[in-house]
Amino acid sequence: MTKLHVSTTINGEPVEFLCEPSDTMLDALRGPLGLTGSKEGCASGDCGACSITLDDRLVCSCLMLAAEAEGCRVGTIEGMARGGELHPLQQKFLEMAALQCGICTSGMLVASEVLLKRNPDPSEEEVRFWLAGNLCRCTGYDKIVRAVLDAAAEIRETAQ
Amino acid sequence: MGEESQGTRRQGRWETTMTDVRYLVPRTLDEAIRAYAAAGSAARILAGGTDLLVQMRSGVAQPGLIVDVKKIDEMMAIAETADGGFRIGAAVSGAVLAEHPRFGKVWPGVLEAVNLIGSKQVQGRASAGGNLCNGSPAGDSVPAMVAAGATVMIQGPQGSREMAVADVPAGPGRTNLRPGEILVSFALPPRPRGSGDAYLRMIPRTEMDIAVVGCGVSLSLEGGVCVAARVALGAVAPTVLLVEEAAKALIGSRLDDAAVRAAAAACSAACRPIDDKRGTIAYRTRVAGVLLTRAVAIAARRAGGN
Repeated sequence: MTKLHVSTTINGEPVEFLCEPSDTMLDALRGPLGLTGSKEGCASGDCGACSITLDDRLVCSCLMLAAEAEGCRVGTIEGMARGGELHPLQQKFLEMAALQCGICTSGMLVASEVLLKRNPDPSEEEVRFWLAGNLCRCTGYDKIVRAVLDAAAEIRETAQ
Repeated sequence: MGEESQGTRRQGRWETTMTDVRYLVPRTLDEAIRAYAAAGSAARILAGGTDLLVQMRSGVAQPGLIVDVKKIDEMMAIAETADGGFRIGAAVSGAVLAEHPRFGKVWPGVLEAVNLIGSKQVQGRASAGGNLCNGSPAGDSVPAMVAAGATVMIQGPQGSREMAVADVPAGPGRTNLRPGEILVSFALPPRPRGSGDAYLRMIPRTEMDIAVVGCGVSLSLEGGVCVAARVALGAVAPTVLLVEEAAKALIGSRLDDAAVRAAAAACSAACRPIDDKRGTIAYRTRVAGVLLTRAVAIAARRAGGN
């Protein structure tokens, strides 16, 4: 089997890797690339635990072939904190206990970050609709939604 | 999940899908068609991949060749044509279509339908072309496209041809595309003043579900009189249905209660649904008329504003 050679950018860094033609991006991230922050929940695009950005657009890495990353910009949860400093969303998730087992958390954070870049002041309803593709078995969602709204408010204040 | 269970799963997937699969990213349509036609039934088109990758994972699809069409200009373009119509590449994602400055203003119902397919993550990838070619009777974009009177441009080894969207589905999971043919783009007709469209679906949840019934309506008004209408239903028959009797009941009326009731009855009469855990035959048949009534009201309001 001939492996494919893929040149891409992950969290701002140029990266090259080899993959099988049918490997998903999630396979590549969690395998050869060693970026295990993206989780596999359902492997069918229903749960959002593997959420990443592809050219700044939110996608499920389980529904994307690794080969499709060629020439694209990939963003994962590993690129969210700046140095040792957590992103306000990460900080609020910790402070407000918006996670329990943690499997959904990286997907929730990646999806929420894309939302706040597009809409810095979302309503609760907008947050809930945006995160409809991210499933959580633990929290009942309420703490997650409140953490996202609080983080949004904090980011807005900091920006002023 | 431990290393062991993941290893086992990977092995299982390779066994079902890893038989000499090749991945190709053609830059032109001709190149894509040559490779796709040469590989015969072993080849699959990859647009957003939100159906294909799930099918590969489950073993339903075991392609020998994957043709990624997202580097082909015609399949990724959105263009407003000189006559006021739109041409949309078959692989354009719902998210990209939603960001177009004009499309959602001219065809709000079609855009709503496309944007109902899956989550935000799925919207980042899934396309109307994929939704149509997947052949599901419940695909949300299809009734809206049929109501809009959209056509598709198809290209294959024997050249290109145009087909009404309504004629593409052949049955659950099947289309009327011939071997080697690729669905390239959708064409939506010019919109007369006083036109509006709408798509509604019934699901038991608020998000992330498959239509139990879907209804698309497109209509044009002149002085309050409906002068043109098209009605389409999803998830109530093996393919999406164009319901001409419902359109006839609306055309010539002022969309008064009697006309809309007659159109709703025509919708219910057209239903040939399955009975399953998501909806009984009686329920789907009844809801088809209810959705028609509501979709007509939305489309008429939009037509009045145009």
